[in-house]
Amino acid sequence: MSDYYVNYAAVAVLGAVILLFGLGTFAGWALLRPKRWNKEKNAIYECGIDAVGEQWKQPNVRYYIFAFLFVVFDVEALFLFPWAITYQKLGVYAVVEMVVFIAILFFGLAYAWGRKVLDWA
Amino acid sequence: MDWLDVVIILVKVVVCFLLLNLLLAVVVWAERKVIADMQSRIGPNRAGPYGLLQSIADGLKLFTKEDIFPLSADRIVYPIAPIISAVPAFLAFTVVPFGNMLSIGHRHITLQIADINVGLLFFLAMGSIAVYGVALAGWSSGSKYPLIGAVRSSAQMISYEIAMGLSVIPVVLYAGTLSTRGIVLAQQHMWFIGAQIPSFLIYLIAGVAECNRAPFDLPEAETELVAGFHTEYSGIKFMLFFMAEYMHIVTISAIAVTLFFGGWMGPHPNFLVPLWGVLWFLGKTAAFVFLFYWVRASFPRLRYDQLMNVGWKFLIPIGMAWIPISAAVHIFDIRRVVLVGAGVIVGIIVLSLVLPTKKPEVLTEEEAKTTA
Repeated sequence: MSDYYVNYAAVAVLGAVILLFGLGTFAGWALLRPKRWNKEKNAIYECGIDAVGEQWKQPNVRYYIFAFLFVVFDVEALFLFPWAITYQKLGVYAVVEMVVFIAILFFGLAYAWGRKVLDWA
Repeated sequence: MDWLDVVIILVKVVVCFLLLNLLLAVVVWAERKVIADMQSRIGPNRAGPYGLLQSIADGLKLFTKEDIFPLSADRIVYPIAPIISAVPAFLAFTVVPFGNMLSIGHRHITLQIADINVGLLFFLAMGSIAVYGVALAGWSSGSKYPLIGAVRSSAQMISYEIAMGLSVIPVVLYAGTLSTRGIVLAQQHMWFIGAQIPSFLIYLIAGVAECNRAPFDLPEAETELVAGFHTEYSGIKFMLFFMAEYMHIVTISAIAVTLFFGGWMGPHPNFLVPLWGVLWFLGKTAAFVFLFYWVRASFPRLRYDQLMNVGWKFLIPIGMAWIPISAAVHIFDIRRVVLVGAGVIVGIIVLSLVLPTKKPEVLTEEEAKTTA
């Protein structure tokens, strides 16, 4: 096996160790904890009174817009990583091209900003 | 690859995991002590000398706490959300190089759990997966405060993740590799903080926001949301969230050291090989963890629209603009002095925009007395 797989195997082993740790503590907890079921106690949190209204709150629609923007800019960042590693071999042309790419996204951000998409109020 | 390599991996992983848990206990204890000192309190001082065993006592206490399972909570997602939160928090640490090499006989053991060739991307990916733990916990609780906390937290984490992703790219430009070990080795002559002050500041601000720490702790703003996404969690489930949060602080600090402050490198790297490097690394990381405490004690919580403004209108544009600047300077071989100068100027702009310029016009009791 090459080093490549060995390293990922180490990650997998750590993942397994954490999973075992989580499950182990859950098991230990199940042995030690008191079990006194009570309907009132297992109601959702409200400061001492019965919860009013629905359990589901409708979140603000702005979160959705920010999620969209996130996808756009995160994919952009992803494109930048391979470029960042190889641009020294590609020369000036690659830099210019990436400047154009970033500029387009910059104008996209400026447009969203201008349309007040980024304002929360 | 023979059986000894397998043993080495297993030992390395288990030892690292145990040491990390010990480190977490110390980090939690230190935070309580430091914050207490900054607020003129004593802090934990009962369990063990200087309250050192406080975190362990708290951990044991949580084993004896009842499992509160809200009636409206999801049967499957609710119990596994803490594990989904804890796993990526620990896995992100795998790519942190905490020392150079340990040579036993003819074998070289890298002091790093896994030297992945896309280590930095792996770190960012684990940060993204951590959002799932928070979002699922809030959603599956079947309660409104966790839901609001989770939605806020997700939006905040993904926003600042972009800023963080953009801030590490100039470092990759200079190092020419995504491997964290490679990035440290590329800093042999000069730490990247020298040329990358704006990147570092953006990384630091985004890092604090990624951990959901004060002043960006809106997801768990206790004055409005009880405890945010983990309101309905008790006992060990809560403990896993808590560990994940502190693990994020440790990892973000460690990666900051790796990217900008030369990782394990320090003066006299050949003394006490290789543990000297580990000590340097731990010292630098501890300084950053202290910075997290200090920020928490110093800054008031932001309003949500201010939080989004800082991320989208400020960190992301500056991060985007800084990438071509660094690239151009690097490829056209302009003297580094120019870049350092530009970095200092942009850094001052960053700081002047972030730090509060006006003092709040609220008088303390004593001042009110003297003026009256």
